[in-house]
Amino acid sequence: MYRYDEFDHAFVHQRVAQFRDQVARRLTGELSEDEFKPLRLMNGLYLQLHAYMLRVAIPYGTLSSRQMRRLAHIARRYDKGFGHITTRQNIQYNWIQLTEVPDLLAELAEVEMHAIQTSGNCIRNVTADHFAGAAADEIEDPRVWCEIIRQWSTLHPEFSFLPRKFKIAVSGAVSDRAALRVHDIGLQLCHNDAGEIGFEVMVGGGQGRTPMLAKTIREFLPKAELLSYLESILRVYNQLGRRDNIYKARIKILVHEIGVETLAKMVEAEWHQVREGFTDLPQDEVARIERYFAPPPFDPAAGSDTGLDAARRGDSAFDRWLEQNVDAHKQPGYAIATISLKPEGGVPGDIDAEQMDAVADLAERFSFDELRATHQQNLVLPHVRKRDLYALWQGLKAHGLATANRGLIGDIIACPGMDYCSLATARSIPVAQAISTRFQDLARQKDIGDLRLNISGCINACGHHHVGHIGILGLEKKGVENYQITLGGRADGKAAIGAIIGPAFSADDIVGAVETVVDTYIDLRQTGEPFIDAYARLGREPFKERLYATH
Amino acid sequence: MKLDIVSANRLSDGRVVYLTRDDGWSESIIDGRTAATKEEGTALLADADRAVADGIIVSPYLVSMADDGGAFAPLHFRERIRLFGPKTDRATSQPAGRVA
Amino acid sequence: MPLIKNGASAEDPWQFAADDAALPEHGPVAVSPARWQREKAALRARGEPLGLLMQSGEQVEDIVADLKEFELIALDFPTFRDGRPYSSARLLRERYGFAGELRAVGDVSRDQFLFLHRCGFNAFQVTGAGALEAWLRAVSEISIWYQPTNDPRGALGVLRHRRAAAE
Repeated sequence: MYRYDEFDHAFVHQRVAQFRDQVARRLTGELSEDEFKPLRLMNGLYLQLHAYMLRVAIPYGTLSSRQMRRLAHIARRYDKGFGHITTRQNIQYNWIQLTEVPDLLAELAEVEMHAIQTSGNCIRNVTADHFAGAAADEIEDPRVWCEIIRQWSTLHPEFSFLPRKFKIAVSGAVSDRAALRVHDIGLQLCHNDAGEIGFEVMVGGGQGRTPMLAKTIREFLPKAELLSYLESILRVYNQLGRRDNIYKARIKILVHEIGVETLAKMVEAEWHQVREGFTDLPQDEVARIERYFAPPPFDPAAGSDTGLDAARRGDSAFDRWLEQNVDAHKQPGYAIATISLKPEGGVPGDIDAEQMDAVADLAERFSFDELRATHQQNLVLPHVRKRDLYALWQGLKAHGLATANRGLIGDIIACPGMDYCSLATARSIPVAQAISTRFQDLARQKDIGDLRLNISGCINACGHHHVGHIGILGLEKKGVENYQITLGGRADGKAAIGAIIGPAFSADDIVGAVETVVDTYIDLRQTGEPFIDAYARLGREPFKERLYATH
Repeated sequence: MKLDIVSANRLSDGRVVYLTRDDGWSESIIDGRTAATKEEGTALLADADRAVADGIIVSPYLVSMADDGGAFAPLHFRERIRLFGPKTDRATSQPAGRVA
Repeated sequence: MPLIKNGASAEDPWQFAADDAALPEHGPVAVSPARWQREKAALRARGEPLGLLMQSGEQVEDIVADLKEFELIALDFPTFRDGRPYSSARLLRERYGFAGELRAVGDVSRDQFLFLHRCGFNAFQVTGAGALEAWLRAVSEISIWYQPTNDPRGALGVLRHRRAAAE
């Protein structure tokens, strides 16, 4: 993974000093809240319901065990002992004090971490496939480009006051695990006819109030042209994105209003001129960054390891975890292990300091010191030798991190909701906990099969409910929380926005309603047919009928 | 009877605070200064605005309270969450399924 | 209003004439692009330095043909959150080679100085005491930049390149 050089270190320390000064000027009153707010947002600091919330960047979801230990320390020293993994591969702390933030950021800077641009109307954390560098279906590791984009977008002087936030995701595999189509820009590494690798560029995806899927504006962009092309898109957006209405300010609205062909023409016209004068990243700089993403020193003999089958037979709980949470690795003898942060009845995505230290140790022992955060609010150890999986699983089990529910209904994605967030209209965590408890029987979860359930506590859709197979949106009506169900959303290569099924359900009824949806699927599915395929075949009517039968 | 109280976030640590009878800011709603009329509410907000200018609090606003069986509590569930904190506060609860 | 130009406090000789106001008898004057288009002859005839005051959202392409006639272009920020003038500034400097005074006016304050400076603004109309000192501190707070712009101090890719070449 990328390591800071003296310049990166100097930069992040300067940034901390700058923010320390800005905080001091806020506390003396030299800066008003209005003046200070965009400055603190550009350092990831929100004022939420109960306290400040700090969103620390985990660039493209990759971190080392040393960094994870520091995050544990931050949780203990500055928070109530836990953190929350977000749907953009970042980590959030909910109980932060403004006066302590400069020291906190200084401690992060020591381990090459920061909270720069994790909020604000600027380019946010560039996210990636959480299996990057490991997946069997990978064309090329996207994180090289994520790092290049991260540097290019950091304190970009022209694009720090955009109409609205800007989110970029990159995938380097055949399968889109990065939800490209619901990002402002989605970049898919691909081959052209000549066999060269470049990017398919998609623009205009996003969730929130008006969910839209991104559209391709360029089928193939050579890698060397990436930054000049991105600069062109951002310039067109900066100039033309709406500034009169924050709900219509994302680039997806621009695409919708002028059409993707017109936008593509504008970008190409701008790019034609940008290219001429653009200082491309020198090839040796690209090579320098590429070297950081070289594969770890795999043991070539690992492919002939034995012992895993015996462990499976000996321990059915391990076998279940292996089947559900472990994926194939491109390197023989290795595997990708997903650590579920969705224990039965738990708060989705939360992890406490002790657990953070535990996964740091496990990553050091079993995954070449590398971890990933996923947008499904789980963690991943990307490079585990198969013969180590049993020991790893035992280590996870000891810390409540071995729930074998990855991708099942218990693997719920939920925003913090009104328990923490000042934007929320309803709570989401209690609903997640209740659903998790209702479906706690793992055998039942397995029988239901692959099912993405996403919960958002307001229309901003930070829980990504629009792309849940089952989506739940928490609203408020006359001072009471109620919950609207959407069905059929998906975030992969066949991305789709879920359809609203009917009137919302009360907090008391929502769990039963979800159960009705699941039972309807069980009754009507064909053999081996996953939920999302059954929904595509059946449409919403059978579900709607059952849900509202007595009304 | 309906009463209003001023709620805000303390600038230094973001904690929820209420304007008190002696012009301070307390995390405890019991100390809160109440307004029974629109004029009194406006006066409360004016005092709060001074505290904003002094850099003590941010974003003050009026919260409607009502008689909740003898004690006053916020009417709206959002304000109750602000007052009582999240039920899922991990300082006081463990998620199910975690091996101690 | 106090002016900072090229890193120092400066006298401001410029007057800004509204569209419907009479032009001052003497001295440099800046007008809107619309007024420029309407009154080119009269403005040139004054024989004094000419300037433009552009609102956010006005396109630099509309005045590019006449660029060499202006010694000043002022770009207005209706609110500091409106980032359009940053793009206009870079286009004027880097694409169209504007070498005159590029001034940030409107809602401009210390925490935007660094971004403004890097986009090619070299003059700032600022409010408040200690503005120059604040400006000098603000533009040196960060000395490492990842992006190449017109800022002659050089971007990180270039810095690394130089270091590698020196080794």
